[in-house]
Amino acid sequence: MSNMIRRYGAALTLLICLLTAFWLLMLVIMPNITLLESSFRPYLPVTEIGGPKDVYTAANYMKVFNGDVEVSPLGFTFHLPVHVLTFSLTIFYSVVVTLICFLLAYPLAYFMAKILNPRSLPTMFLLLFVPLWVSEVLRAFAWWIILALKGPLSWALVNLHIIDKEVRWITGYNGVMIGLVYTYVLFMIFPVFNAISSLDSNQIEAAEDLGAPWWRIHWRIVLPHAKPGIASGAVMVFMLSAGSLLVPSILGSTTSQWFTQTVQQWMLDALDWNTAAAYAFLLLIMCTLFVSVVMKIFRVKLSDIAN
Amino acid sequence: MYKLRQTLARVYAGAFVFYMLIPLVIMAAAAFNDNKTPSVVPWKGFTWKWFEALWADDRMWHAFQNTLLVALAVALISVIVGTAAAILINSVSGNLRSVLYGTMISTILIPGAVIGISTMIMWTKMGGALFGAEKPFPFIPGLHLSVLGQVSYIAAIVMLLVLARLQSFDQGLEEAALDLGATHGQVMRRILLPHLYPAIGAGAAVAFFQSIENFNVTQFTRGGADTLTVYVFSKVRSGITPTINALALMLICVTLALAIVYEIKRRRSASLEAAREAEARRAAALEEAVI
Repeated sequence: MSNMIRRYGAALTLLICLLTAFWLLMLVIMPNITLLESSFRPYLPVTEIGGPKDVYTAANYMKVFNGDVEVSPLGFTFHLPVHVLTFSLTIFYSVVVTLICFLLAYPLAYFMAKILNPRSLPTMFLLLFVPLWVSEVLRAFAWWIILALKGPLSWALVNLHIIDKEVRWITGYNGVMIGLVYTYVLFMIFPVFNAISSLDSNQIEAAEDLGAPWWRIHWRIVLPHAKPGIASGAVMVFMLSAGSLLVPSILGSTTSQWFTQTVQQWMLDALDWNTAAAYAFLLLIMCTLFVSVVMKIFRVKLSDIAN
Repeated sequence: MYKLRQTLARVYAGAFVFYMLIPLVIMAAAAFNDNKTPSVVPWKGFTWKWFEALWADDRMWHAFQNTLLVALAVALISVIVGTAAAILINSVSGNLRSVLYGTMISTILIPGAVIGISTMIMWTKMGGALFGAEKPFPFIPGLHLSVLGQVSYIAAIVMLLVLARLQSFDQGLEEAALDLGATHGQVMRRILLPHLYPAIGAGAAVAFFQSIENFNVTQFTRGGADTLTVYVFSKVRSGITPTINALALMLICVTLALAIVYEIKRRRSASLEAAREAEARRAAALEEAVI
């Protein structure tokens, strides 16, 4: 710090500190503290705010347990509160999306890092970057067109005589999954690609010379080396999927509900901001837990993930 | 066997690029279909009318204007805050550094909905506490809150870019300038900032595009105002015509144009670099020959 004052003077140092403080305090820490504080307050008419009824309560969090629905996965039937169900399904499907993204991205990342001629790499990047730069809402909308009942996908498959008549693609969570995978798979490709590129190709060749089959080379050499990249891709894809609001709203069916949609309903439809705060906080906790677990499993640091 | 796997990898890569691009092609093509619902099948003939409808859509133009204003504000604030934060991080060490750095990059991982709701609640509550029910400008819902919410995580992206650039900065230059009698302001303006300009420029561009893309934060803070993303979203959910496809096609074209300009610039600088290197090699070889 004294080094900084010596270089840039007291005034500039103070300005730099103030700007950073404004960001971290006013835009990050304070809003989240307010969020936590609000989540424990009851929803009251304006005149009663600050009155005798305005006391701290966990009632907003308890709303998660209201309203049972019957679910029967794998033949077991049991009752579950509807928001708990939404919450669990959001986590479950986000994990599935993350896995699918990894399975799709890994071969391509390996191809780009080790097989493709480095001269064609910029072109490849350009081709992949174009969809990334097109906004998320339009990417979801594009799939909305493709998956429509009488849309291009059904039409093509009918004309190829693969199916007899149009299929309703957007049922359950299908549409949401397809949309999320398409939208976020690129966030898996780039970190995995970066990790694999830093692997010395000689290691792969040495393993080949020693007679290792291709799957063992991947399992014992490439995958362990790519671990930090996979972790950072997995965290990005999971967070973006679980926090996505656009894709589930556009590609959701009548039976799919995403947790962010529930939060949105509390905030914008019910106008109950305090309950929305409680639900948003649950979402935040879930995401933090996921990141910590992934960091533990893959033994990586937060700074590795953000890069 | 080896050849087969190589071919398979190539086929897969081709299929993947096809998978990434075909939805965009279909969406763009639907802009020219003379059909009330946006689709490419059944094809009812070529038309420009959706572009004309788009041109006449005042709400869209208003949303477009808002988007640009928000994106410019976000880019400006994020660049200032992010650069300051990077310089600060670079000059502190130990626990303070890891705490600051951890807080900064954790903002990238906070879900947009949480950022939006927390920003909205804090500013409106603060206004309520300070002024009662009649809250003045910054404490009401609106796009200015969207800007603040977006800055909270986009500044972190700028910070990372500038910090990476700072690693290659030689602090001896600042020492030299100070020894030669430069003021602190001159050290900042003439030595440090010029070194950071490429990263700051890249940061501004990334911040601008991140802001245009943003939906989650904006949706919870915007009050009644529209941005382009919100407008498209509301159109997709409530009766939609291919005007959105026309808009999408135009946005894709802008994106493509920018990408191509960037690529051409990159190639040119790469070939310049190569030429320079060849020149240096030749000079070195010449020198050796003379000796």
